[in-house]
Amino acid sequence: MNDLWSLFWIFAKIGVMTFGGGYAMLPMMQRELVQSRSWATDEELMDYFAIAQITPGVIAVNTATFVGYKRHGVIGGIIATFGVVFPSFVIISIIAGLINTFADLPVVQNAFAGIRACVCVLIFNAISRLWKGSVTDSLNFVIFLAVALASYFLDVSPAIFVLIAGIIGFVPEFVVSRKEIGTHKAARQQGRQGHEGEDDK
Amino acid sequence: MIYLRLFWEFFKTGLFAVGGGLATLPFLAKMGAATGWFSQSQLTDMIAVSESTPGPMGVNMATYTGYTVAGLPGALIATLGLIAPSIITILIVAAFLKNFQDNHYVQAVFKRLRPASTGLIAAAGLSVAVMTFLPSNISSHAVYAEILTILSAIKWKLVALALAILLVTRVINKTKNVHPIVWIFASAVVGIIFKFAEV
Repeated sequence: MNDLWSLFWIFAKIGVMTFGGGYAMLPMMQRELVQSRSWATDEELMDYFAIAQITPGVIAVNTATFVGYKRHGVIGGIIATFGVVFPSFVIISIIAGLINTFADLPVVQNAFAGIRACVCVLIFNAISRLWKGSVTDSLNFVIFLAVALASYFLDVSPAIFVLIAGIIGFVPEFVVSRKEIGTHKAARQQGRQGHEGEDDK
Repeated sequence: MIYLRLFWEFFKTGLFAVGGGLATLPFLAKMGAATGWFSQSQLTDMIAVSESTPGPMGVNMATYTGYTVAGLPGALIATLGLIAPSIITILIVAAFLKNFQDNHYVQAVFKRLRPASTGLIAAAGLSVAVMTFLPSNISSHAVYAEILTILSAIKWKLVALALAILLVTRVINKTKNVHPIVWIFASAVVGIIFKFAEV
């Protein structure tokens, strides 16, 4: 029970101390999990983090579930996840309530009009950061461009594009490894026939 | 049943948003358009608040959207919907799949998922930009027919502010990483001083 409580509070602390999530939370996790408690080693943490990035969902949430599970099974995974979203839930609910109440004030409207210009730049900066890690070859450039255009002009769920891109990644890999298995088998059979031939002599 | 719908919409977002940060944005943009729960400009306000408050962006966005749609219970249900697929997939991966991240299929799939995710964010970002810099009575598809009218109607004050921020973030973020909240706060002040809502 004590262990579950500390899981909750540690991840609540990690949630409240990280702005933006993602990589920003890694140093915080190192301090809380590796240095203060030795619940994980640096290598394990890097592994959890790598898995969190290549599984669906918010990276911070995925990492919390993973560490919680390793520490205390399924319950631990769920408790750690609740911990990491708890501060967001409280803070955002308060702010959303305030903003929705004061949305009609001219000062709020003027502030948000200015903020929107800033958000455009933040999105642009995020895209140019993501660009480096994602558009790594010409096929990826084509995928980026096709998805961006199709998603902008067509009324299609983003999930469809994610699925199609996943299939584009999976199929060639599947075909190649099938072929490799095929050639291995053929080679082995040829080898055996060769031996049988020698025995006949 | 709005709560059920809310849970389902965010479950889908949690299941397909890959890569963290703004990856939930394209899903929320489509969600707003499809359900009428919130407008594009409300979505932009949500991004600003989510960037300037503690906690993972995706979770902040979900809580904010849920709150806007259906108050405090809505915030709770949207957040739970978003994290449910994470909990399920991570528990499966942690329990059954050893060296999941080294699997060549997983790596091949993710190599192609990343540019798709970036493309989705780019499209959503373009919608936000169109909404911000063009008057609301012009739809984005009419843009090409009426380029001249639009050029004269563009909210140049906002374009100027965006360019200024772009320049400053490029120059300053090179040497040290300034938190987005600084830029957001500065833009709010500029917006108030120059009465940006009336442009």
